Amino acid sequence: MNVRAHMSMLFHLDKCIGCHTCSVACKNLWTDRRGAEYMWWNNVETRPGTGYPTQWENQQRFSGGWEWDGKTLRLKLHSKLSGLMKLFYNPALPEMDDYYEPFTFRYQDLFNAPAGDDQPTAIPVSMITGEPIDIKSGPNWDDDLGGSNIYAWNDPNMAELPDVVRQQMMELERVVFNYLPRICNHCLNPACVAACPSGAIYKRAEDGIVLVNENKCRAWRMCVAACPYKKVYYNWSTGKSEKCILCFPRLETGQAPACAHSCVGRIRYMGVLLYDAERIPQSVMVPDEQLIEAHRSVILDPFDPEVLSAARTNGIEESWINAAQNSPAYKFVKIWGLALPLHPEYRTMAMMYYIPPLSPVVSVVEEDLVRLDLSPDRRDFELFDRLDAARLPVMYLASLFSAGNEAVIRGILRKLLAVRTYMRRKTVDGVVDNQTLALLAEAGTYPAEVEAIYRLTTLPTMPERFAIPQYHRETALESWKDPLAHKGDSGFGYVQAPLRGE
Amino acid sequence: MKKWTKETTAPVERRWEEFYRNRFQHDKRVRTTHGVNCTGSCSWEVFVKDGIVTWELQATDYPTLEDGLPPYEPRGCQRGISFSWYLYSPIRVKYPYARGKLLDLWREARQAHADPVEAWQSIVNDPLKRTAFQQARGKGGFRRVRWDEALEIISASVIHTVKQHGPDRVIGFSPIPAMSQVSYASGSRFLSLLGGVVMSFYDWYCDLPPASPEVWGEQTDVHESADWYNSRFIAVVGANLNMTRTPDTHFISEVRHAGAKLTVFSPDFSQVAKYADYWIPVNPGQDTAYWMAVNHVLLKEFYVDRQVPYFVEYLKQYTDMPFLIQIDESEAGAKPGRYLRANQLPVYRDIENGDWKLLVWDARSGEPRMPQGTIGFRWAKQEQGKWNLQMRDPLTAEDLSPELSFAGAPDDIHLVEFDDFAEGKTIKRGVPVRYVQTEQGRVMVTTVFDLLMAQFGVPRGLPGEYAAGYDEDAPYTPAWQEKYTGIHRDTLLRFAREWGENAEKTNGKNLIIIGAGANHWYHNNLLYRSGIVALMLTGSVGVNGGGLAHYVGQEKLANQASWSAVAFAQDWGKVPRQQNTPSFHYVHSDQWRYERGYTAYDCFPEQDDRKTREHTIDMQVRAVRRGWLPFFPQFDRSSLEVAKDAAASGAATDSEMIAYVAGKLKNGELGFAVEDPDAPQNWPRVWFIWRGNAIGTSAKGHEFFLRHYLGTHNNAIAPEMAEGYTNEIVYHEQAPEGKLDLVVDMNFRMDTSALYSDIVLPAATWYEKDDLNTTDLHSYINPMQAAVAPAWESKSDWDIYKAIAQKVSELAKIHLPDPMRDVVMLPLQHDTPDELAQPSVLDWKTGEVDAVPGKSMPKFRVITRDYAHLYEQMTSLGCEVEKNGVSAHGLNISIGDEYRRLVQRQPRSVNGQVLPSLFEAREVAEVILALDPVSNGELAFRAFEAEEHKTGLDLSDLADGLRDVRYSFADIIAQPRRVLTTPTWSAVINKGRAYTPYSMNVERLIPWRTLTGRQHFYLDHEGYLDWGEHLPTYKPRPDHLMLDETQESLAEVKEGLLWSKMLNLITPHGKWSIHSTYSENNRMMTLSRGGYPIWLNDKDAAELFIDDNDWVEVFNDNGVFVQRAIVSSRIPPGTVFIYHATERTVGIPISPQRGKRAGMNNSLTRVRLKPVLMSGGYAQFTYAFNYWGPTGVNRDTYVFVRRIDKPDY
Repeated sequence: MNVRAHMSMLFHLDKCIGCHTCSVACKNLWTDRRGAEYMWWNNVETRPGTGYPTQWENQQRFSGGWEWDGKTLRLKLHSKLSGLMKLFYNPALPEMDDYYEPFTFRYQDLFNAPAGDDQPTAIPVSMITGEPIDIKSGPNWDDDLGGSNIYAWNDPNMAELPDVVRQQMMELERVVFNYLPRICNHCLNPACVAACPSGAIYKRAEDGIVLVNENKCRAWRMCVAACPYKKVYYNWSTGKSEKCILCFPRLETGQAPACAHSCVGRIRYMGVLLYDAERIPQSVMVPDEQLIEAHRSVILDPFDPEVLSAARTNGIEESWINAAQNSPAYKFVKIWGLALPLHPEYRTMAMMYYIPPLSPVVSVVEEDLVRLDLSPDRRDFELFDRLDAARLPVMYLASLFSAGNEAVIRGILRKLLAVRTYMRRKTVDGVVDNQTLALLAEAGTYPAEVEAIYRLTTLPTMPERFAIPQYHRETALESWKDPLAHKGDSGFGYVQAPLRGE
Repeated sequence: MKKWTKETTAPVERRWEEFYRNRFQHDKRVRTTHGVNCTGSCSWEVFVKDGIVTWELQATDYPTLEDGLPPYEPRGCQRGISFSWYLYSPIRVKYPYARGKLLDLWREARQAHADPVEAWQSIVNDPLKRTAFQQARGKGGFRRVRWDEALEIISASVIHTVKQHGPDRVIGFSPIPAMSQVSYASGSRFLSLLGGVVMSFYDWYCDLPPASPEVWGEQTDVHESADWYNSRFIAVVGANLNMTRTPDTHFISEVRHAGAKLTVFSPDFSQVAKYADYWIPVNPGQDTAYWMAVNHVLLKEFYVDRQVPYFVEYLKQYTDMPFLIQIDESEAGAKPGRYLRANQLPVYRDIENGDWKLLVWDARSGEPRMPQGTIGFRWAKQEQGKWNLQMRDPLTAEDLSPELSFAGAPDDIHLVEFDDFAEGKTIKRGVPVRYVQTEQGRVMVTTVFDLLMAQFGVPRGLPGEYAAGYDEDAPYTPAWQEKYTGIHRDTLLRFAREWGENAEKTNGKNLIIIGAGANHWYHNNLLYRSGIVALMLTGSVGVNGGGLAHYVGQEKLANQASWSAVAFAQDWGKVPRQQNTPSFHYVHSDQWRYERGYTAYDCFPEQDDRKTREHTIDMQVRAVRRGWLPFFPQFDRSSLEVAKDAAASGAATDSEMIAYVAGKLKNGELGFAVEDPDAPQNWPRVWFIWRGNAIGTSAKGHEFFLRHYLGTHNNAIAPEMAEGYTNEIVYHEQAPEGKLDLVVDMNFRMDTSALYSDIVLPAATWYEKDDLNTTDLHSYINPMQAAVAPAWESKSDWDIYKAIAQKVSELAKIHLPDPMRDVVMLPLQHDTPDELAQPSVLDWKTGEVDAVPGKSMPKFRVITRDYAHLYEQMTSLGCEVEKNGVSAHGLNISIGDEYRRLVQRQPRSVNGQVLPSLFEAREVAEVILALDPVSNGELAFRAFEAEEHKTGLDLSDLADGLRDVRYSFADIIAQPRRVLTTPTWSAVINKGRAYTPYSMNVERLIPWRTLTGRQHFYLDHEGYLDWGEHLPTYKPRPDHLMLDETQESLAEVKEGLLWSKMLNLITPHGKWSIHSTYSENNRMMTLSRGGYPIWLNDKDAAELFIDDNDWVEVFNDNGVFVQRAIVSSRIPPGTVFIYHATERTVGIPISPQRGKRAGMNNSLTRVRLKPVLMSGGYAQFTYAFNYWGPTGVNRDTYVFVRRIDKPDY
């Protein structure tokens, strides 16, 4: 057993507002500068939709992630073309059209326009060339565009849906959208690291954060292509790749990443997961339908004495063990089984997790009248028995979060509905009847667990949502410098941005 | 597989990580917030690095509420977190600017005239010069000027206007003071000292829900968002919480997991619909029909088929349901009439305020009896302490047991007529009645409850046209509503039953969250009432987790009592000229001239023939004449001159002067300006705009603003139509263009208003000034603080108005050196005894009644203006407030000791006196905090004492433990502080309980501020009876033929063979603008479509050959808008969405159709007033600023839409 600790983020999609406060918090802090205009380390996608960059999930086009042929695991990128050849020409790299051309407006013309015979206006211009631009795309172009026959229809996850369901989703009966916030998944089996010819990308041992060393990066951009989530970006000004750093300067000082801190939907949780690094290979080399189970098996029980002993042997500090034991991520992912990694079939072992969302019941249209498709027996939250009458198809969610395994999704949605039913009985009727207890059992849960899920879903304070361990920076520092000396020196160094070709 | 990890113990390579650590290091963090429009009131931390604001993140240290509620943190959305962009952006106004054309004229005039006022006069009194600079408005040519030059032009124009036309020709607009109370107060205080006009915003924005004053006598009072979590059944109606209540939405997602059900009503699959259990896409603007049918089902299943004791007791105690209504019989038929008045009965004939005390039928004594708590008790002079909700006879102290219905034992069943506006006919339904002997003979009465049962057509075995069952298509059955709402009756029935059962099980934890999607329609008051009926029928109002939560640009200025004293210069004994803006713009921007008036688009009972040749403007004029609504300018000459004339005629005292004015008005020698608004002497002349976008996103009928106010280019082609329809107004053949002499905008960004103004002054941003900020979405007081100095040459609003005041005083020393008297005209005022002024509607002009100021006509107050000392008054707190205390909700609170403490803490010498200083914005904030009961517990205690005196109830225990609490500015910087429980608001919030409106009324039996003192199902003002809105009812939406804004465009379409389609224009609040920041922020532009997309349904788009991102032209007779399209089936067919608050300044091309720069969303709108909402002088129908009056509805708008090739800029 090789026990490691990992900082993981968890997104409760049922609570996501799609407001993008997270995206702006991140942009203000990290990518509000030349060369980084188009970088959205954190972005939010409307789903169904094509995402950012456009259709990033289309690995036919982008060749991201790993491939397993039943025997060996290879980077999809390398299976297509030899790695060396791609150093110079890489057709899998996204281009500007897959992102967008950053734009601004000539605001200053409003002040400077000479007196004329019509009103001046600030015309749009490219932030790259400064020339007038016809705006055709952006980082969130299909925002709130459920029911779009361009964007929703072309969501790669829609491909598997039956035609009739897809068609319904373009009509009032089933039109729907939800949101998918995304950051770097700080994978356990990161394709970006594997693909980097310069060895510039690494995963931090203490918290699992995957970083591009800006000093070592040599602009090969293999990471950009290899990352199936397209979460490594190439800075055209510095000539270096950059990506989400999970706000390590904030984490190291006990603060949640800016995206999580600013999440006004309170959908984000942060917590430590202990995992067994030895089990990674075997858990990515299983058939698709077993991926979720295999992924969960890598995560260790932070109360198991054996695990704790192995953790201490590996130098994991007590504060991290405490955090692992209080980790909301551990509860949602492992104990309650409500949270899933995004696209496990990419086999990078994404370490950020999602709780799939509920959605309204579908409608039928009869002689131009809209009628909710409800059964006449008037049971509360009846989708529990009729998940196929939810607007978001189970199969769609399975395509995102369980490599097509619908049973996993159904189990989660039913558990969420069981929590709602139990709480309704308790707070509206004042009693939890036997029928409700039976329903809980059917959902594989029981009152104490339901109460715990309820509390952590709705009532958590910030410290409960973000169980961030104390970092021991002094011990990290002292291997190369006396912390007392650093106390006086810190910040005096000449700060220089990495430059192109450095 | 390889090992990816890198240990901390191999660190040298990892030293590069300092790169990101260095970025995160910062020098300072400062707590502040965002200060206009958005009602989020989020606590933010702004990070300063190298003296530059670099980013912001939410502060998360809100004090928690009671256990079991989710915490508030974090609060703050994508717009708020983008704000730091503005500080150093290229749209920042860094220096004062003036239009070049005006500047040239000014400098030339200053060469010729040593005196600035004379210089100004030489420009504006020369029609050629005046027109020349007016026509340059909005067409570029700005030039940077020095502050002192800008201040001189502004001050000269103010002094000139006061001298030549009168102070009420100087107007100012700024919205939503709650969000930056000091900044708002800067201008309103200046204007109030000057005698200028402060313009309302809440009604103009159409955010005021008139149903709230109608039903509750309250402007708006709503739940803090945490209280949503107490609900168990939530209907979201036309409110897109994700968009507009972003920091609060988590309570909605969370309460679902606590067991609540959520139904979302919106015609589009909106962002909040994703949370719903049921998404019910009621056709746009047809929610009234839906809720009317819900109420039909509730009455049938929870009142007729069986009774729920909780519901019945609630109706008896807290609503007007048991009160007696007289049935009026005439040859035409029997109709519901007025409440039976106590003094109609011999036994109560001589009681005080007998017209204003009402009756119920007491089951014990078997006779009509007068309970306590009606409005006559509120304003009693003789017998006080009986204004409460105890169901008790004040004369005998007996408890009364009111009968809800006479159906069990009627004297008779009478056929009564009810209006069916949808079909344009009347329906006769049997109503159980009893006979009462009155002073006027025998009258027939029934209860409000029995009328309501008949109005809703609920079958109870009574004769008349009652529906046989739910499936009969008769008003207001589930089958009936289908044709309006598009919702199947089964769905409605299911909803209504779940609604009723939830309330029965939870004692009223039913919540309606309602917003602009409901409130922006012409008949919004009816829509709201239909929902409120469903809440009252289920006992849900005043219960935590129940009631009506209206969130549309609403503000809650928690420190209302102290703030209004400062903001309207009441500390110097001033009476502000507060104007309801809908009336102002309807009249002055001449939008009334482009329509036939309300008879074209409103509904009134079918047989009514009185109103066929009348115009809305007539109703407006009468409303002013009767003292129902304010109007400025008030007279057809200067109010200062009128005062002078009065004095010259021998009037010495105030009352003699007022008698003089009333006499002159009566004999016609003095006219109201509203009667001839197009005459030059009645034009507004100088307009101050600050903190707002008065010419842009706040300008319904924007193109008419450009034409008639500014006198510049515009895209309106609407024909004039009013001629021949008006009776009360002087009609000028030629409408004036360019009424305004000077428009001054204070702004940190070059928005549409700035672009069209004559002078733009650089204002500090929200991260560069000190201020106060409160909201109704939570219960904390937040500070705004300067994180950095006002950038470049900008100044805070407080400092700008101080500078103007100083210059005005300087010029006044020459031009207006001595104190002078001013006669201020006011409408009858809410929360004063004026609420008893007009028991019936009579016109003094036609001789129906005597012209008595404050009774049958407006009130007048004589005020002294001291222009030479305006600056000193501006910057110190006058001692009138020490003498008179502060007031809110009709309660007066003495504050003398606190005032004297302020003299010690922040002294300022003013003309030999030492007064509390108001020199610095922070000092103003301290005064507001110190003198208000929400932030000073001793004053909360005194407010309860005052309320005890009025009600005779024990209340001051609610202030137990609060008397030592006193918040200072330093306290709220340290941490947001929760407001205190006070009777200036309506909720009990002690011990962390969430604010739910009217919980104090329900729990402590304080009456609502209405006629009955209860919540009203029935409204018996004569106007309401006339318009058929006495009972909750359904009126159809005005269609495009009634609105007269598409016929010229139709001709364009036909002539040009333009492939287009007429659609209903909806302008919801957007995701990327308005709240917290504005729409041109590049961060928000990037995350949306880089413009202001026009949303279309896919089928409409296909018909018009429009693909996603194609350029589209949207036009009607009011104007034109050109942008790119978004196509989605989430948009309902037949509508086009343009999210509210576009700017003309960013990326707007030339309109191919009209040939000029295309406009904005408000280019397509025009304001139409609803006359019944002008009612005044009668209980809750009595004017208050931003509180009552017609609203600026904008959603009944039709446009043509067509695809165009890529246009030119």
